[in-house]
Amino acid sequence: MSTTPDDPRPAPDPGAPAGQSPPEPVKAIPVRHPGRWVAAAVLVVLCAMFVHMLITNAAFDWPFLFEQMFSSQVLIGVRTTVILAAVSMAIGVAIGIFVAVMRLSDNPILVTVAWVYTWFFRAVPRIVLCVLFGNVAILYQTLEFGIPFDNYWLPLLGFEDGARFYSVPMETLLSPFVAAVIALSLSQGAYMAEIVRAGLLSVDKGQTEAAQALGMNRGLVLRRITLPQALRVIIPPTGNEATAIMKDTSLVSAIPLTTELFFQLQQIGARTFNLFPMLVAACLWYLAITSLMMVGQYYLEHAFNRSNRSAASVRGVGQRA
Amino acid sequence: MTQNTAEAGTATGLGDDPMVVAENVHKHFGRLEVLRGIDMEVHRGDVCCVVGPSGSGKSTFLRCINHLEKISAGRLWVDGQLMGYRQRAGKLYELHDAQVARQRRGIGMVFQNFNLFPHMTVLGNLLEAPVRVNHRPRSEARKEALDLLDRVGLADKAGEYPRQLSGGQQQRVAIARALAMRPGLMLFDEPTSALDPELVGEVLDVMKGLAEEGMTMVVVTHEMGFAREVGDKLVFMDEGIVVESGEPRRVLADPQHDRTRSFLSKVL
Repeated sequence: MSTTPDDPRPAPDPGAPAGQSPPEPVKAIPVRHPGRWVAAAVLVVLCAMFVHMLITNAAFDWPFLFEQMFSSQVLIGVRTTVILAAVSMAIGVAIGIFVAVMRLSDNPILVTVAWVYTWFFRAVPRIVLCVLFGNVAILYQTLEFGIPFDNYWLPLLGFEDGARFYSVPMETLLSPFVAAVIALSLSQGAYMAEIVRAGLLSVDKGQTEAAQALGMNRGLVLRRITLPQALRVIIPPTGNEATAIMKDTSLVSAIPLTTELFFQLQQIGARTFNLFPMLVAACLWYLAITSLMMVGQYYLEHAFNRSNRSAASVRGVGQRA
Repeated sequence: MTQNTAEAGTATGLGDDPMVVAENVHKHFGRLEVLRGIDMEVHRGDVCCVVGPSGSGKSTFLRCINHLEKISAGRLWVDGQLMGYRQRAGKLYELHDAQVARQRRGIGMVFQNFNLFPHMTVLGNLLEAPVRVNHRPRSEARKEALDLLDRVGLADKAGEYPRQLSGGQQQRVAIARALAMRPGLMLFDEPTSALDPELVGEVLDVMKGLAEEGMTMVVVTHEMGFAREVGDKLVFMDEGIVVESGEPRRVLADPQHDRTRSFLSKVL
């Protein structure tokens, strides 16, 4: 063996150097892993114990769980949770792109505004934001549009009444659902801004220069060149953010928005004095929704990688042709 | 477009305003002075090759021409227009982003690293600016783009993505992309420096064809053979100034300055 030190190694390669007899496949006894067998055995026993507990422990109350899990009250909760997450995420992404572009502009005022926004909404916990926006009515009973500070300076000019054109009571404007959307999307927007900014910065500067040299203005460069290329970097963490906000909809019962999934399940548990099955039902629902989202994310990422990576794009073209 | 430039190129003498005029152009990045007073004229239809050691400021000067870099002092005109500024009543006003973009439409640029748009096909790269910037009908732009691809020898690559092409092919696409805007002036920033040696020729051939059609070109390059054969003018830059310029054969054969002589002795 040691007499031909170089030849046996490249030999298994199908494109082996010519002029050699066909390579002899390596026949060797693989390394044994007894530890794996022990670990597998231990795991099998533990799993069996867990399944046994699931079946025999009466506290799970499976029939009750499945009956309640699909009750109309809970299904409304699922709908609220999904809609709330989707709307907040959509607004959050829009805010994120907007704020990221502000942050990267050469206008110092926009940069500062973007920085302060991101700083504030990343610092304050979502549950605090939820309670805060749920109680905005304390701050303003009505929302009025008019000339700023009119009550101070209009009397100086001899006018008695203020200059307010339009007013609407806060209660009608800020329903718990709207408060929840505002709280969650403002928070989400701050995180998305950082993700989009990182994505935009990841695009090679030469791309912008090439586009500018072709006579494209800043808006067109962003829309057609930098942002589409940034998506490849933006999409994976955005998927994680979408999952996170879906789970954080369970916080909005603090507003209080009570039609949300987790609150509904808890309420059934409290009413029937049978809490634990409802907690398990909550786990199952969130697992189901999150898993569906993961599938969507998988396909989305693959679609983007196909048009952006060389090897993948070769395959993509081949399929289309 | 080629007709226009060809006419202008042959119209020597009276009324022959140069395509590019640089007057005492300075550029500094912070304290680093990259350009220290460049005076240059490029006439219509001419091929002007700019050579010099790295760090001499030749790429920076090229980028000043289409205002990718703002000049710190001096004036720079392209096709009679002051680049990046408007002069009125003795005062200089900076142009808005959209106005600078409009000025750049008539100037094509080819980069060392190609900078093709990787998320678009070759055809998409060629269509982007004519359709989005010049608002030309897509079908018409498409026909012209395919003609251009044919001209650079890549008619069969229209549907492929840039990364599926070799470096030389990518650079030829980049040239076609710039030509799709029907520019009156083409800038080349070391177009062959990132290429494998055996791919340099195919790009230079395309550039040579362009020069023969009468395109006005400013070419920053290390290819002395190209400069001698195709160039109408050779400019040697060092440390931010033009050391020597003139007819390429003359400068290459008989450099007047020591600095030029020592540089050429190393690269020839």
